Amino acid sequence: MARELIKGNNAMAEAAVRAGLEAYFGYPITPQSEILEHLSRRLPELGRAFVQAESEVAAINMVYGAACTGVRVMSSSSSPGVSLMTEGISYIAGTEVPCVLINVMRGGPGLGNIAPAQGDYYQSVYGGGHGDYKLIVLAPSTVQESVDLTVLAFDLADKYRAIAMVLTDGSLGQMMEPAEMPELRPVVRKNWDWAVTGAIGRPRRILSSIHLEVHEEEETNLRLMKRWFEIEKNEIRYKEYYLDDAEFVVVGFGTAGRVALSAVREARQMGIKVGLLRPITLSPFPFDVLDELSKRVQGFLVVEMNMGQMLTDVQLAVKGRAPVEFYGRPGGVVPFADEILAEIQRMTTSPLSVVSDPRKAWLERMLAVVK
Amino acid sequence: MATVEVEIVKPQNQVYCRPHSFTDFSTHYCPGCTHGVAHRLIAEALDEMGIQEKTIGVAPVGCSVFAYNYFDIDFVEAAHGRAPAMATGIKRVLPDRVVFTYQGDGDLASIGMAEIMHAAGRGENITVIFINNAIYGMTGGQMAPTTLPGQKTSSSPLGRDVELQGYPLRMSEMIAKMDGAGYVVRRSLHDPANIRKAKKAIRTAFETQVRGLGFSMVELLSTCPTNWGITPIESLKWVETNMVPVFPLGDYKVSSAVGDLRF
Repeated sequence: MARELIKGNNAMAEAAVRAGLEAYFGYPITPQSEILEHLSRRLPELGRAFVQAESEVAAINMVYGAACTGVRVMSSSSSPGVSLMTEGISYIAGTEVPCVLINVMRGGPGLGNIAPAQGDYYQSVYGGGHGDYKLIVLAPSTVQESVDLTVLAFDLADKYRAIAMVLTDGSLGQMMEPAEMPELRPVVRKNWDWAVTGAIGRPRRILSSIHLEVHEEEETNLRLMKRWFEIEKNEIRYKEYYLDDAEFVVVGFGTAGRVALSAVREARQMGIKVGLLRPITLSPFPFDVLDELSKRVQGFLVVEMNMGQMLTDVQLAVKGRAPVEFYGRPGGVVPFADEILAEIQRMTTSPLSVVSDPRKAWLERMLAVVK
Repeated sequence: MATVEVEIVKPQNQVYCRPHSFTDFSTHYCPGCTHGVAHRLIAEALDEMGIQEKTIGVAPVGCSVFAYNYFDIDFVEAAHGRAPAMATGIKRVLPDRVVFTYQGDGDLASIGMAEIMHAAGRGENITVIFINNAIYGMTGGQMAPTTLPGQKTSSSPLGRDVELQGYPLRMSEMIAKMDGAGYVVRRSLHDPANIRKAKKAIRTAFETQVRGLGFSMVELLSTCPTNWGITPIESLKWVETNMVPVFPLGDYKVSSAVGDLRF
């Protein structure tokens, strides 16, 4: 198929349709409303379900209901809306039914703003809601990748009876880029042995997240953990740039990773041996590749549009074997490539040491600049 | 006590049996609680309509959280108050199935107010069985949005003071105002005559859904002897004497299409 110029939000919505999305439930919020708008037209014309819910709380519970029937179902929102959904996300995780969510992140905390940000890393990667559970979290950095990861999200959700979230931001949601859309897949209702569809010619089924008997709940937790290790074994994805001979490594995801790539390319032209690791699955996180890199490089620079959240996971992987520096722009600010380039230059020319929290030095540098 | 096996000589003359839509479980409800009666009326309606296999229930949070154990049909368990949203998700992808929620007053009229009002407003083609016993049962007898003025509960120990704690909400009256609602009635379970009327209403609500005539809800005035602190018999009288005047029984919305139903 030919590539077309398409906006990130519309591209993800259409990719979902083509991946077999049968039902969408959502609530308007900037900067993701184009997903809702696109599907409000597209799904009814295909005879599929679309409901603009009264709130994100209702939307996620509609997703929960539809997910229990085994169809491909999705919702999308932006940061404050996803906070409202976390109750339902916990229930869906506890019930072990598949669904896809898209979070087009914006600046926070609170009402924040509608600019691109990455402040929901912890919320997405470490669960967000109550109880022990994990989401599969996929982070695109281009419109094409937004399309591809949306399709992948449905396949992974089905494969593992899990929640797969595409974690993107207002920049990627709003930008237009050429992208190739996948073929429209036929909707296939799989004959899941767990789905609640009416007990026609079979024993009844119950889907629930309640296990009053504590050992039953413990078993459920252990089953989730076992499945998570399967996901970790099979599904880690990342992209490496200029890492073969790199002495320093920049780590960034999504928009921050994309801007960091420009900075790394410029640094390479200046003869600096720096590479980029861009995690695509934030959860499961590519711990092992960072672990290996930490044995041979002189330092890491984590770049995020937040105050250092993925940083925690990088530090966990590096285990203090190499210095880990941090550069972040929180609150809806997107860093320029030359800011990151300056950080790369600082890292490669000044003596580095392993510190427990590189954000302290970063904050001092930031406060000096922001003033 | 020995079980006596009785052979029914003429099955066509049998007038009473356990509904097929029930499982063999004994319920966990307290003595004198009318949840069991409400459950039975639903099961009878499903049996009579022959829709057991195509019906999907949505259980609430509250005393009836385990309702799914008692019906021999597919069931899901919703988050507190969210049953109408969950039912919406199911019904929209399986429109030929019969989907109902079973919700108490805390679930439906307090935490789930937005979900129930908007499900009715959308004319969502689902059936809601609303159990109103004027109290939070499962958490130990706290004040509900339907608690009567002056009624003592564990969180209104001096009696509900309307100046401080407001007035009971009348859900059937509110929901009846919605254009999407096809059938909204209030019945009571305090005596056999009213139970029979409740049964007919539940059947009508399911018939409304099966024919695609919009949102249907049956509110059932119910007892909670344990948290009211009175005997089962006194509880039935309490419903009649104290609840019915605040929550008048009757048909609050019967659309013309539902009014024409014959079954």
